[in-house]
Amino acid sequence: MKKVISLALLICSSSLWVNSVWSNEWSGNINFEAKHFSNDALSSSQFNDYASVSIQPEWFHEWDGGKQLFTFVPFARWDQRDDERTHSDIRELSWLKVFKSSELRVGVRKVFWGVSESQHLVDVINQTDLVENMDGEDKLGQPMINYALIQDWGTLDLFVLPYFRERTFPGIDGRLRTTLHVDTDNPVYESSDKENHIDYAVRWSHSIGDWDIGLSYFDGTSRDPSFTWPALDADGNLSLRPIYYLMQQTAIDLQATKEAWLWKVEAINRRVNNESYNAATAGFEYTLNGVFETASDIGIVMEYLYDDRKALASTPFEDDLMLGLRWTKNDVHDTSVLLGVIADLDDSSRLYSLEASRRLGESWKLNIEARVFNGITDTTSPLYSFRQDDFIQLELGYYF
Amino acid sequence: MKGIILLSGILAFSGAAFAQTPEEKGLAIAVEADRRDQGWGDQATTSKMILRNSQGAESTREIRGKALEVEADGDKSLTIFDTPRDVKGTAFLSFTHTLKPDEQWLYLPALKRVKRISSSNKSGPFMGSEFAYEDISSQEVAKYKYKFIKDDKFNGRDVFVMERYPQYKKSGYTRQVAWIDKEMYQPLKIEFYDRKKSLLKTLTQHEYKQHLNKFWRPGRLEMVNHQTGKSTTLIWKSYKFKNGFSKRDFDRNSLKRAR
Repeated sequence: MKKVISLALLICSSSLWVNSVWSNEWSGNINFEAKHFSNDALSSSQFNDYASVSIQPEWFHEWDGGKQLFTFVPFARWDQRDDERTHSDIRELSWLKVFKSSELRVGVRKVFWGVSESQHLVDVINQTDLVENMDGEDKLGQPMINYALIQDWGTLDLFVLPYFRERTFPGIDGRLRTTLHVDTDNPVYESSDKENHIDYAVRWSHSIGDWDIGLSYFDGTSRDPSFTWPALDADGNLSLRPIYYLMQQTAIDLQATKEAWLWKVEAINRRVNNESYNAATAGFEYTLNGVFETASDIGIVMEYLYDDRKALASTPFEDDLMLGLRWTKNDVHDTSVLLGVIADLDDSSRLYSLEASRRLGESWKLNIEARVFNGITDTTSPLYSFRQDDFIQLELGYYF
Repeated sequence: MKGIILLSGILAFSGAAFAQTPEEKGLAIAVEADRRDQGWGDQATTSKMILRNSQGAESTREIRGKALEVEADGDKSLTIFDTPRDVKGTAFLSFTHTLKPDEQWLYLPALKRVKRISSSNKSGPFMGSEFAYEDISSQEVAKYKYKFIKDDKFNGRDVFVMERYPQYKKSGYTRQVAWIDKEMYQPLKIEFYDRKKSLLKTLTQHEYKQHLNKFWRPGRLEMVNHQTGKSTTLIWKSYKFKNGFSKRDFDRNSLKRAR
């Protein structure tokens, strides 16, 4: 990791000195967060109310007529109760060089692959920053060298990933965790190189008319850990150790955009720990514009989530249906509300979610997020340990 | 586009020989306006939108744009939002087409996600403003049918008054009435009539300047919504031509690094 960062810094600094024209700028945000859990916790070490503050500044510099870009995005969070959630990260520290029909991107970056809304099977480059949000959409910065060949037949991205980032997990004082907390100080790796194992990935993506397609292959340490049998952590508490196996994943993501309908499929085959399995997400998003004689849009999202390991799957979403309703007011405040449910088709478990946001004035943004875990009776489901963790969260962000 | 140029030649010829119908004259004006605006190649712009509600409370949006002229089809454009701060870095890539649906992608910087979006929301508001997506997308001759109404004066300038009827799907308008300046072949005013045929909005375009000794561009647009009392001012702070843009500046890779 250090090598990649210093390489990026070296390239940047050498280029910066040559250039006298600066176009640097700072931006970023500070977020204040309050989270309330309506039910008492399963463990006496947990609480019902949590407060937290995070900051994410961004420094951006462009030179060489926009052909070279440097970005630095550090991130830090302080949590009132959970020491594991009090953490910092380098979200981005990268140099990008644009060539006529290619791009070279070196440093710590974030990359997103895929099309679906309910889960992101294809998206495997960055590790999930799980303490940020259980939805898995927050990611840790990934050191990489990424060369993109951009041709009429599509974009071919080649990745060398020289350092592995461990997943973050809530600590013993945090909520939305496994019944036994995860001992992140003692990870277990399949590779003897541990976190220094070099991962490789390749992706081809293209737009052909109404179709957007991506094919990808990843060979390296799986970002999704398994867990050991309970063991004692450094403080003598019973805990789970994460095991990071090597994996090879072949994946496809496809979207057809047919007027107001977006049809989406993501499918993967993953070989990990001597097994091979398939998983997929498929569905649609349909948007009704200008409903009820207003400027509002209503979007309907439906996705089917499948994993052929069924009950043995490491995910709770092995035969589930996601339904979502998105209301976008299209007003000055960018008001929007997303209501969703993921229902297990084999039992009574339902995961309800609400996400609402609205800008206040020019620089503030209010976010409300709530989740309800309902009917979770299957003791083998990964959601079982969250059964008491219904919550509502208020977030107020200042953007500069 | 070539077909239309050929058609206009026939029209101009037939116009000389016979009396034009109002439809033919309307089309001829649109074709001439299109002909005069050909060859700009590419442009980079900075602009600012001021959104006003019916009580007069204001909110601003700062936007940068790049556009590439595409012959025989609609233009390519990349739009980058600088403010409000919470959407900073959000970028919008659009390949417009005359009659088939436009191709559009949105870049969400927080997720680093490029999302292909539906372009069927033509009548939806752009950034919460009184401009609809169809008002700001590239104006191609084949997008409308035309009808010349009369010669007139507007703010002391000679104008053609003509009507145009959207031919693309999902338009929010049944009819637009345009006051076209006879010297510049650019609109000074456009009235928009909604699906119920009532007057919805009026757009006026001000402070025209000529660029590269050929292309007229307005410095300020005023859009007033008569039904809600809301209005939007769009100020074009700068136009820059001959940037040497290529289609590489308008792909999903450039969208991801747009700032």
